[in-house]
Amino acid sequence: MADPMKIRATLQGDVADVRVLIAHPMETGQRKDAAGKLVPMHFIQNITAQLNGKTVFDADVSQAVSRNPVFAFKVKGAKAGDKIVITWTDNKGEKRTDETTVRAGS
Amino acid sequence: MDDRRRSVLKGIWAVGALPGAVVAVLLGPVRALAAWNKGAFEAKSTADAMRALGMGSAEDSKDIQIRAPDIAENGAVVPIDITSSIPGTTAIAVFIEKNPFPYTGTFDVSQGAVPYVHLRVKIGESSPVRVVVTAGGKHYTTAKEVKVTIGGCGG
Repeated sequence: MADPMKIRATLQGDVADVRVLIAHPMETGQRKDAAGKLVPMHFIQNITAQLNGKTVFDADVSQAVSRNPVFAFKVKGAKAGDKIVITWTDNKGEKRTDETTVRAGS
Repeated sequence: MDDRRRSVLKGIWAVGALPGAVVAVLLGPVRALAAWNKGAFEAKSTADAMRALGMGSAEDSKDIQIRAPDIAENGAVVPIDITSSIPGTTAIAVFIEKNPFPYTGTFDVSQGAVPYVHLRVKIGESSPVRVVVTAGGKHYTTAKEVKVTIGGCGG
């Protein structure tokens, strides 16, 4: 099973600055292993974020995203304590969901 | 807190073990929203990918800011920040023109996100990074050249 995401959501005014680090190999299908065989493609295709159950961010991506991807985005109308839920799905149908709560900014 | 989160996650996996039909019903609406555009992702040129996405007629715009290094030492991890100041921006699409498959992704910000995204990408060789912003059903574009000293694709 894939490792948990690291998610941080910090409030700036009424906008939550969300940063997510996903553990994923993001294989392009062009890299060769030590034996010279192509490593099959294995990459995240979709990432969604929900704020209190409503989808607020939806991304479709390719294998060109770096290994162990980092994404950041900003969600409007958030309050401290709101729940952010992030889900990714990859080309093999594996998926993972993690959540965090929005923290007040410093 | 952490322990409780574990048990919640276990609950989610338990749901995953339900018969496929039930899961399909649960996931139905989400899937419908997000159809991964295979044709665009497999296009070998930016122009073909943009056409597959219906963005062929994008106009140049100065209201899109791309923040990326001028010279990236490591093409495997190139950080890019994109901000659109075009009113009514709904989506941000990214193309790395000289990659084998230029189309890198689309970020839908129409449902309550600020028109901004940060991501890290692989860039195989020095290439323009092209961004296409969708706003009010129209498409606007700009590009920034990123020079790469060590490529990010292949071994």
